[in-house]
Order: sequence, then structure tokens, then C-alpha cells
Amino acid sequence: MPLPLVALSPGVLDLQALTQAVAGSRAGDGAVASFAGLVRDHNQGRRVSFLDYEAYEPLAVRALGRIVDEVRQAWPDTQVGVHHRTGRIEIGEASVIIVAASPHRANAFAACRYTIERVKQIVPIWKHEHFEGGDVWLEGATADPDDESARQSAYRIACA
Amino acid sequence: MRVTIRLFARLRDLAGSGELVRDVEGPATVQTVWRHLVAEMPALSEYERTMSVAVNADYSRMSASVSEGDEVAFLPPVSGG
Repeated sequence: MPLPLVALSPGVLDLQALTQAVAGSRAGDGAVASFAGLVRDHNQGRRVSFLDYEAYEPLAVRALGRIVDEVRQAWPDTQVGVHHRTGRIEIGEASVIIVAASPHRANAFAACRYTIERVKQIVPIWKHEHFEGGDVWLEGATADPDDESARQSAYRIACA
Repeated sequence: MRVTIRLFARLRDLAGSGELVRDVEGPATVQTVWRHLVAEMPALSEYERTMSVAVNADYSRMSASVSEGDEVAFLPPVSGG
């Protein structure tokens, strides 16, 4: 059975399986772009030990689904899938993977970039950073899926 | 009426729990539930201007009405990815 296009799970993310789910049955596609967000060993001058991701799961899955729908509206020929991991993630491991498939490369790249920007804007997931000497909750955007200026900002970045 | 309050990330840490059940007087809005919570835990008030809210796992507004048995969530600024 193919993987769902959106998912949250504590398990290791599988880019190959997500690629198959997104692009496996689309013979008209000429391009697949993918993005993986990794846990890095430094942040704002701190030496990061690991990240622990918390999610409001039912709403996070809904928000990811909304992003997939937004991609379909912005680029009707393009299909995107996004899987986000939760729980403790070690340095170098992926916290999020995105795959976009399209007849041509421009929309595949743009959909990939748009999706990660929107994940950071509206999906209720939080990083708890554990670093040498302490821990801190990271806080980015106030999530508001109806904020059209934020959505347009993500779109502009995607198409830059 | 009885509502379930869900708190996440640093809001959860400040409250000491991610899930609280509270009785609030109806008719109530999300704002009513928040005021009830802040009266009990004033430290949470720093999030009033930056948080998002959800009712029954769907994004909502402070002015939205809340019914018996609803799950009301208060969400700090998100940091996924």
C-alpha cells in the first residue's frame, strides 16, 4: 500500500517510499524535487545535542493536508507529499521530508520550497532544543492559516 | 460546563500539564476559557498576543463560542521543520 501524502510519526523518515507515493503513478511527470530538513549540531551559538519535536497531532495532520491542497491550487499540475517526524531526533537525522512531482522542474522546485515555508508558518509542531548546558523551546511564527500575507510571502519565496 | 484545555511546548511546561479539565460558566468563548486559565496561572499571560488557538483540533479565534465537552487548545508560536 502506498504511503499517505501527509504523515506525522516518531519513526525514521523514508524519502524513497515518499517519492514512490508522490510520483510512482504519474507517467506525465518529468521532474521530482525533494527536500529534507536535518537536525544540525549548532543553533544561535549553542552546541545542539538533539531536538525533541512535539506536535498537536490531529491539527498538525490537518495543517499538512491544507498545505498539499494549497500546492494543488497554486500549481495544478504538481503533486506534493510531506512527512514530519516527532519525538527525539539526533544530529544529522531528518525531521521533515518533502517530495514534489511535476511535468517540469520549475513547479517541482517551487512546490517543495513553498511546502517547507508553509510548514514553518502554520503546522503546530515545536522544537525543544537540548544543547550543551540547557534546553529551550524554539518559537517561530504565530500560526494563522488564514493570514493571506504570510501565504503570499511563502509563495514569493518559492518562486524567487 | 466542562471543557478540556490542551497546552503545548513551553505553555505546557509553564502550566505543568498538557491537558486540564475545567468548568467554565456558559455561554463561553475561547477568550472566556483563556481568562479562566490565566486567572489560575498568571505566568501564561505572556502568550496572549503571540499564541494561536484551536477548538476540537481545528484552528479557531478567541471570539469563537465553546460548547460542553469541547477541546480548547492554546498554541505557542510554531517551530516545525
